[in-house]
Amino acid sequence: MRIIVCVKRVPDSESRIAKAKDGLSVDTQGVKFVLNPYDEYAVEEALKLKEAAGDGSVSVITLGGEESKETLRTALAMGVDEAVLLKGQPSVDGLGTAEKLAEAIKGREYDLVLFGKQAIDDDNLQVPAMVAELLGLPCATVVTELQVDGGAVTATREVEGGHEIVEFELPGLIAAQKGLNEPRYPSLKGIMQAKKKPLEEVDAGDAESRLEVVEVMNPPVRAAGQIVGEGADAVPELVRKLRDEAKVI
Amino acid sequence: MSVLAFAEQRGGALRSSAFETLTAGRELADALGVELIAVLLGPAGLAAETGKLGSYGADRVLTGFSDAFAEYAPESYTELVAKAAQEAGAKAVLFAASAQGKDLAPRAAARLKAGLASDVTEVRVADGRVVAVRPAYAGKVFMRVGFIGEPAMLSVRPRAYKAVEAPRDARVEELAVGGDVAGRTKVRAAEGEAKERPDVAEAEIVVSGGRGLGSPDNWKLLEELADALGSGAGLGASRAVVDAGWRPHGEQVGQTGKVVAPPLYFAFGISGAIQHLAGMQTAGCIVAVNKDPEAPIFKIADYGIVGDALEVLPRLIEEIKRPRS
Ligand SMILES: Cc1cc2nc3c(=O)[nH]c(=O)nc-3n(C[C@H](O)[C@H](O)[C@H](O)COP(=O)(O)OP(=O)(O)OC[C@H]3O[C@@H](n4cnc5c(N)ncnc54)[C@H](O)[C@@H]3O)c2cc1C
Ligand SMILES: Nc1ncnc2c1ncn2[C@@H]1O[C@H](COP(=O)(O)O)[C@@H](O)[C@H]1O
Repeated sequence: MRIIVCVKRVPDSESRIAKAKDGLSVDTQGVKFVLNPYDEYAVEEALKLKEAAGDGSVSVITLGGEESKETLRTALAMGVDEAVLLKGQPSVDGLGTAEKLAEAIKGREYDLVLFGKQAIDDDNLQVPAMVAELLGLPCATVVTELQVDGGAVTATREVEGGHEIVEFELPGLIAAQKGLNEPRYPSLKGIMQAKKKPLEEVDAGDAESRLEVVEVMNPPVRAAGQIVGEGADAVPELVRKLRDEAKVI
Repeated sequence: MSVLAFAEQRGGALRSSAFETLTAGRELADALGVELIAVLLGPAGLAAETGKLGSYGADRVLTGFSDAFAEYAPESYTELVAKAAQEAGAKAVLFAASAQGKDLAPRAAARLKAGLASDVTEVRVADGRVVAVRPAYAGKVFMRVGFIGEPAMLSVRPRAYKAVEAPRDARVEELAVGGDVAGRTKVRAAEGEAKERPDVAEAEIVVSGGRGLGSPDNWKLLEELADALGSGAGLGASRAVVDAGWRPHGEQVGQTGKVVAPPLYFAFGISGAIQHLAGMQTAGCIVAVNKDPEAPIFKIADYGIVGDALEVLPRLIEEIKRPRS
């Protein structure tokens, strides 16, 4: 099994994000960056598939700046064999990024391409299905369960109120949702080994954006409301307020 | 020229999000001074539903019927939507930001080489161009984005638009559906999943529980409250209880779960971690019940009760069920 995983560097989910002074971007000062949490599931799944197959390789690719090397090293420390940095800026919408990734993937050997379902910075949920379309490959997104049996893929994907089963033959793409597995932590040994693993750099250039950010806004501040009371005795007053004041029931 | 709205169906029935998409599409079509075309793909039995699409503002309905479309067929859907958009000279193409819409919209955008704005809460025309508002960083900020090039591709967040009737006698035209419609990606519904409540992302009222409820058995209280609140109420959960295996992941609200914006959100025994707040802070009205008066959830709740959720819940169920005097 030859597997490629697309990963992205994003702000930690704990970080406080607010609009920057220019009003066109977000302030990332003091923010800690991590491997996108959904991409961790993708990396873990790739490693598990390789281990189960007993042979093959796992590579990770990212489109980003110099600082994305740190993200690639995290994946290498988890056990990935090699990493590729496509140097360039991702696009605002998903398509430009997908074009750069598809171009890079096309020139490589692979059976399966794995993604996270969503990058938790832009929250686009676009790149995996776009890469599938650009490469003309079958694909399942938001996958919570995956079986690969020879060349046959059976994926369970999350839909409203339940699941769908998606089946296709390799080569193909999968975008990982939480629940797929429990990502491993990089071991100390893994971290040491990561330093010696190949990290290829390619000048990919900036991706084309077909959207432009016109304004970044902070969400409306929610003022703290009122404590209606304590314990079950406060319930009648709460229900009255929901009915007569807020008019929501 | 036109605006296209993809009318989503599942299992041979139109989904409520189809009407929300049409409403957003109608507004946009009016602002651009063009017609609104609904695209309906599904099994042949759906022919009876086309009138409803006219009721919600479609000037024309393009239908593509096939038995293979009882379930989502990604490749064929992409092909048909992209072709319809090209032939109709679409200035914008709208989808619901549903499980299906979030899979289909990027495929269609890649086919059309057009920019896609996901999960938009608002779309309008400013200085002749389509501009949309969408959350990013799990709703920690909102972005106003303008499209470079056409068509503007959009997926509209569930419940951001309230479906409004705008009746028209829609002309119905058939799309030519090709021979091999099944494609390489085969999709079927998972078995044995009887769905009775709306999904948390689409519910009008969300009743959420956290670790403070103590055990998964206590969810029967949340279910009872949701039942008492009516068929629009759905269940939500914090990550702590999803990770503990008490609730399915599909119910998780927050940064790595679903972002929801219902008119009413209940949080029982949820502390209000930043990742949870990111997923629900744009709800209309937030009610929190927590033992700890210092719990961060109270900082954003409209109404709070300090107390044991297990004592508050039975009383609340009783009070909601009681006929109004
Ligand atoms: C990368 C990442 C992503 C994350 N994504 C999400 C996400 O999407 N969604 C999410 O929810 N979390 C997410 N989290 C986890 C988040 O940080 C919190 O750990 C989680 O939200 C806590 O869940 P909780 O409020 O149920 O539990 P706790 O924090 O343990 O809170 C339980 C609360 O219940 C109260 N309580 C206890 N007993 C009672 C009682 N009898 N009656 C009433 N109240 C009671 C307590 O006072 C407390 O406030 C994420 C974390 C990380 C690191
Ligand atoms: N710049 C990037 N480089 C590599 N992979 C990416 C990049 N952006 C997005 N991806 C992949 O696409 C997934 C979905 O991202 P998005 O469509 O931006 O929400 C991510 O989880 C990654 O797997």
